Amino acid sequence: MEVSAEAKRIMVVALGKLYSSRTQRGGLRLHRSLLLTLVMKSARDIYHAAQTTTAEGMEEDREDQQPSEVEMTTETSGTPELQGPASLPLMATDADVQGRTQNQENTCLSGPPHHTRKRRGKATAEPDFLPCKKAKLEYGTAQQLIVTSVLVDYANCSSELGPSPSPIPLQTVIAAC
Amino acid sequence: MNVREKKERQSGEPCMIWDATLESLAWKSRGWEQVCRYQDLEPADSSMEEENETRKINNSFLRDHNYATEADIISTVEFNSTGELLATGDKGGRVVVFQREQESKTQPHRRGEYNVYSTFQSHEPEFDYLKSLEIEEKINKIKWLPQQNAAYFLLSTNDKTVKLWKISERDKRPEGYNLKDEDGRFRDPSTITTLRVPVLQPMDLMVEATARRVFSNAHTYHINSISVNSDLQTFISTDDLRVNLWNLEITDRSFNIVDIKPANMEELTEVITSAEFHPQQCHTFAYTSSKGCIRLCDMRQAALCDKHCKYFEEPEDPSTRSFFSEIISSISDVKFSHNGRYLMTRDYLTVKVWDLQMENKPLETYQVHDYLRGKLCSLYENDCIFDKFECVWNGSDSVIMTGSYNNFFRMFDRNTKRDVTLEASRENSKPRAILKPRKVCVGGKRRKDEISVDSLDFSKKILHTTWHPHENIIAVAATNNLYIFQDKVN
Repeated sequence: MEVSAEAKRIMVVALGKLYSSRTQRGGLRLHRSLLLTLVMKSARDIYHAAQTTTAEGMEEDREDQQPSEVEMTTETSGTPELQGPASLPLMATDADVQGRTQNQENTCLSGPPHHTRKRRGKATAEPDFLPCKKAKLEYGTAQQLIVTSVLVDYANCSSELGPSPSPIPLQTVIAAC
Repeated sequence: MNVREKKERQSGEPCMIWDATLESLAWKSRGWEQVCRYQDLEPADSSMEEENETRKINNSFLRDHNYATEADIISTVEFNSTGELLATGDKGGRVVVFQREQESKTQPHRRGEYNVYSTFQSHEPEFDYLKSLEIEEKINKIKWLPQQNAAYFLLSTNDKTVKLWKISERDKRPEGYNLKDEDGRFRDPSTITTLRVPVLQPMDLMVEATARRVFSNAHTYHINSISVNSDLQTFISTDDLRVNLWNLEITDRSFNIVDIKPANMEELTEVITSAEFHPQQCHTFAYTSSKGCIRLCDMRQAALCDKHCKYFEEPEDPSTRSFFSEIISSISDVKFSHNGRYLMTRDYLTVKVWDLQMENKPLETYQVHDYLRGKLCSLYENDCIFDKFECVWNGSDSVIMTGSYNNFFRMFDRNTKRDVTLEASRENSKPRAILKPRKVCVGGKRRKDEISVDSLDFSKKILHTTWHPHENIIAVAATNNLYIFQDKVN
């Protein structure tokens, strides 16, 4: 489905931007980070909704994603200024995202199962989507699936990454921001 | 023929008759012409090498070769209350002040040109050691104080610190000191045999800028706006979550009058994006949020103005909902009209004029560049969707202006409902050249002279513009160039 592919792409771009804003001169911009988090949250909601409604059609979904992504790039190919420079840093930041989430995972694995609460981002406070501690085990796998599929797609695209990363809970990824 | 007609013929404009009863701009018969253009403003005058308090140009190691052009990007422009002075601030922390050339009978066409009056380094890059953060020296806003004596005063701010600068002229200096030579060296007291009174002698005009007040350490987040009160004694500075009220005389204390920081930062849903005092009522101010709403507050109600007295918001149109609805509804600028009855807000795609008496919807909505609505995903990826455009009223509140991409800027006449798109470009920039209206073609057949959406240059954006308080003179900042245009009628 095009909507879920776009939602996925928007989420990954938002993550990339959040990560790169940490190294920006002047420090983290609250307004920009808030807007990115809101976009990521709505993209994630839509992606999750799309995934659950088309659960049985997931096979066709994966096959469709390749042509739909090609579709998106050809549609915007008429704007070389926008697409060209944007796609290159996109790939670079994804590689960054992968590397950093892996580091985060490595440091967190040794820690307690409850990650440091004070590092949690704004998006994780929404109760309707994210589970509370009790229901964590139940929803954990669904979330892992979302992030895995998002990251695996881009892992397949960029050859230098090697094997796909193990599933990372969404809270960790956001907490890493 | 009379003098007026003769002047017009000489300047190459079509002859026209100004209809005094015409209250609105008629774009076909008038033209905006370029007065002058400034690029990569360099500190030229020797006024920099003056008193110890005057800041020198920063040549620190933080400026390397690549920064050179970025430091020249103009980040704010502002006319003073008479329009005689025009201040610009740039990313390198410098402020350049232009002064309008006086009207001269021998060269009538030269009136309206602005010349560099003063240049000074307002802010320097700083490092917050506690948070391991670099504080940018970029000037976010400049606001002039109305002139009360021979000197000029302005407030300039970066992300964390507001400074009050005094710009004054000196055209005399004392000569004939007893204890010092003419070149400043101290004389041996034993050689002094006579006593004399120093006399003021004329000298070349020198303009010096001194920092009179530094208002610091009051903001945890990044300052986005400052606004001087009509009482001329106080001003507010606004960051993402708080608005602080200062007295211009007191730098070690400020009052926090708005605080929207939630107890739990995870629950944060909106930030303050700009704030401004009402132009006449010294107790009223408005602040806008990232959610697209405006709150009007009355400082007489309570010390902490968390409760608004008016709340302006337009309900979202569900048909235009997209992933980016939150980003494009975030208000980037707010300006009260000069008469104090309206306020204007700018979000990513529109400019809205609100009547202070009507809270549920704007009085007028103007589409700045609606053709970008279908390009939001690309604009999100290249970061353009986060650009913060400003908006400005003309002196009579009949025309509003705001910037766009490709160095285009737009003007909307509120009375005739006509609008025009103009371009600030070097190719068309011969002094006195009249600007030709531009048009963006939104699809289908592109006519000659039109530009298609796909060929717009999104790296050329006009975020900052300002309008002379009384006349039709505008200053437009296009990256590192400053364009000044005026509308010649008579």
